[in-house]
Amino acid sequence: MMRFLLLFSRQGKIRLQKWFLPLGEREKKKIIRDMTTMVLARKPRTCNFLHWKDLKIVYKRYASLYFCCGLEEEDNELLALEVLHRYVELLDKYFGNVCELDIIFNFEKAYFILDEFLMGGEVQETSKQSIAKSIEASDMLQETMEEYMSKPAF
Amino acid sequence: MPAPIRLRELIRTIRTARTQAEEREMIQKECAAIRSSFREEDNTYRCRNVAKLLYMHMLGYPAHFGQLECLKLIASQKFTDKRIGYLGAMLLLDERQDVHLLMTNCIKNDLNHSTQYVQGLALCTLGCMGSSEMCRDLAGEVEKLLKTSNSYLRKKAALCAVHVIRKVPELMEMFLPATKNLLSEKNHGVLHTSVVLLTEMCERSPDMLTHFRKLVPQLVRILKNLIMSGYSPEHDVSGISDPFLQVRILRLLRILGKSDDDSSEAMNDILAQVATNTETSKNVGNAILYETVLTIMDIKSESGLRVLAINILGRFLLNNDKNIRYVALTSLLKTVQTDHNAVQRHRSTIVDCLKDLDVSIKRRAMELSFALVNGNNIRGMMKELLYFLDSCDPEFKADCASGVFLAAEKYAPSKRWHIDTIMRVLTTAGSYVRDDSVPNLIQLITNSVEMHAYTVQRLYKALLDDISQQPLVQVASWCIGEYGDLLVSGQCEEEEPIQVTEDEVLDVLEGLLVSNLSTPVTRGYALTAIMKLSTRFSSVNRIKKVVSIYGSSIDVELQQRAVEYNALFKKYDHMRPALLERMPIMEKTATNGPTEIVQTNGETESSALDSKHPPSITQPPNQANDLLDLLGGNDVVPVIQTTLPTKPASAGGELLDLLGDLSLSGGPTPAPAPSVPISQPPFLLDGLSSQPLFNDTAAGIPPMTAYNKNGLKIEFTFERSNPNPNISVITIHASNSTEADMTDFVFQAAVPKTFQLQLLSPSSNIVPALNQGNVTQVIRVLNPQKQQLRMRIKLTYTYKGAPVQDLAEVNNFPPQSWQ
Repeated sequence: MMRFLLLFSRQGKIRLQKWFLPLGEREKKKIIRDMTTMVLARKPRTCNFLHWKDLKIVYKRYASLYFCCGLEEEDNELLALEVLHRYVELLDKYFGNVCELDIIFNFEKAYFILDEFLMGGEVQETSKQSIAKSIEASDMLQETMEEYMSKPAF
Repeated sequence: MPAPIRLRELIRTIRTARTQAEEREMIQKECAAIRSSFREEDNTYRCRNVAKLLYMHMLGYPAHFGQLECLKLIASQKFTDKRIGYLGAMLLLDERQDVHLLMTNCIKNDLNHSTQYVQGLALCTLGCMGSSEMCRDLAGEVEKLLKTSNSYLRKKAALCAVHVIRKVPELMEMFLPATKNLLSEKNHGVLHTSVVLLTEMCERSPDMLTHFRKLVPQLVRILKNLIMSGYSPEHDVSGISDPFLQVRILRLLRILGKSDDDSSEAMNDILAQVATNTETSKNVGNAILYETVLTIMDIKSESGLRVLAINILGRFLLNNDKNIRYVALTSLLKTVQTDHNAVQRHRSTIVDCLKDLDVSIKRRAMELSFALVNGNNIRGMMKELLYFLDSCDPEFKADCASGVFLAAEKYAPSKRWHIDTIMRVLTTAGSYVRDDSVPNLIQLITNSVEMHAYTVQRLYKALLDDISQQPLVQVASWCIGEYGDLLVSGQCEEEEPIQVTEDEVLDVLEGLLVSNLSTPVTRGYALTAIMKLSTRFSSVNRIKKVVSIYGSSIDVELQQRAVEYNALFKKYDHMRPALLERMPIMEKTATNGPTEIVQTNGETESSALDSKHPPSITQPPNQANDLLDLLGGNDVVPVIQTTLPTKPASAGGELLDLLGDLSLSGGPTPAPAPSVPISQPPFLLDGLSSQPLFNDTAAGIPPMTAYNKNGLKIEFTFERSNPNPNISVITIHASNSTEADMTDFVFQAAVPKTFQLQLLSPSSNIVPALNQGNVTQVIRVLNPQKQQLRMRIKLTYTYKGAPVQDLAEVNNFPPQSWQ
């Protein structure tokens, strides 16, 4: 299973953090520090895999964002690259040509999409359309309530 | 109170901050506002406030005061509230805080909600962060949802079940019935998560594994459909249908087929099909191939399939994509033990990867290269590895150096090559070499007798170039101390001998003593080396001067050595030649024979090192006698002669003790004692006298002839020592059937590592001629592991004026003597 998924910028600012294992705040901060240091130090044409403690770290850079996940020994690294890519595709479909700013200003939506794609560190749904439909339906649910209340949600 | 600002507004504002301090100020202001809003129990804007709090939490600011608010949001009826509430719970809460348990009831209600998206939220939260208590409480609900026909919920319930099982493995049983028809689903989401669930169950329980083996045909069918089916837009990734599902199925097949012939056979065809038909131009195809290869290697596949798998890995190695090369090296490393020959075929490609620019690939290639080294390719491989050592990053050097030493030790084609290789490592990566290699190298050099001159010459030349690498300097000092005479005499056969004078050598060694680059340990080596040269060089006065200077050194270690060496010059000068003699050959530990006589380093024998040992059997003859004679001159002699526990002979051990030398151990000196403290193994202390102690004899163990040559016959008779049944008492009877006496007769014995041996004093050291009398001597052998007794004996005596020496192995001990 995937232990964590992090999105961070070229400056090391974290934009999304999903933890699939219970960890204390300090541990989380340490892992974030280690990951950002290690990944940002990588040269451009090196392979996307690293070793850190007993985990395999898979990272990929999309424009100004680094997508980084920690895998266990049994997991398939090449497939993890596909998982990261699929997530980016989902974001792209939802936001239309997604960029870092979209994720900054709509971080909660990024989480919602992630939660439709992965759960407990495993892939939940392999069909892009299915996930897109669920998100759409959930969003509709939100707006309906909103209309009823005639107040802005947040 | 004005409405709290919107989330997007806050984000925009915070991003305008130009300094960290400014940002902190804004955040604090907003936090205060949010806190008061929470206090007012404002339902309308709670969602907004929590959302802002989550943003600030992401920036790294504390947000714990929002935890309870998240719970309130979860309990709300508005979907928007629930969405943010559950998100907040997943980000701010975890199982370490008891607060999280308050969620349980809400989740339970939401699991039964009429809207599937609310149920989905609950399942997701439970499946990501549910604690064991929550899982226990809610497992029933999850199980119910696992049986629903709603595929949206079913897939989430499956992964939630996986989480429950991970947290509370005992609950696995309850999900078993629901798994019955999971694989008959058409929905890929459900199929995928079901396979994950099955995998988790099979990994955790061998019973489940056996139970689910019957699913192999069904899995094979599903996989086949995925491959053979046409284009499916919903699941297509670069022309491959649902690679995520394919990989998961392959992984489950791996688990099911492992060590089971029938299952392995059932999947042979599909594996071959996937391996040959998958498109390899994109990463996704290679991901599937990778998983296929791992599966083939793990199950009981037929050899043709295995060869196919290794060849796929070989092709991966040639791929331009670095990720694929990395993955290939990792997999080959896993299979190199089992399919060694197949991997050997790709050796040249692997060695090329050593030159790759990517650090991760280099490391894998290095590990794999070491695994592939064998007697046939050692020369070629070592050339490549040494070249790698020259140019690699410091993080690799230590591991690479150790690997080179190990490989050289195992497969060195000749001594000269071995020493050259070591020299190369020491000179190029000398400072990264591990500390324990110094004693190992010294031992190796000592044992290569014919190479001494060559070795010391090369080491000397290396020292002239560079004295910064401590391991090199230490080995070089030791060698110069030992073989300095060969160095100045210009005796080297292997290469052009260099002209060196004694003074030049002493200059170098003294240079080490004063240099800032030398560590204290190195200085110790240098001082001892200088001392040893006092018997090999003629410029003794210079050496005396150096030694006396260091008698007042600040470094306690050096001071102690210098003082003792001084004492050697002054009071014990008659002993000096013998003490500083050439080191005897140390026998190496045989890697396969446990009963070889073992040479252990000083450190590993703690108390036993203090006792005296008879010199190693293969020692050049003079030294054994010299040492014994030497020690015979002191008062301690009788003790030595009677109590000679033959621990694994640390040859020259006496020298070590007296000089407190580091030579064999390379570690900090044990405090040397000028006299010989004997620490006896306990059984010797029971009332030892020079009379052999005969306790009740064991029921008639037959005597045996241990040695019979040149008229000297040695018979062993056996008794069992009663208080300790692990001790055998052997009496040797030496008789001489020739017409002249054998005088100065000394009997020495050594036993394998697991035994302890004690030699009591002999009745005399003249074996009278013509069998007129016997020399008897008692040996006590402690055999706690009840292993077969073997012994090596060494006999020395003077016969008709000429010294005679012989070695023999005694293997024919009757079983009762050691059982």
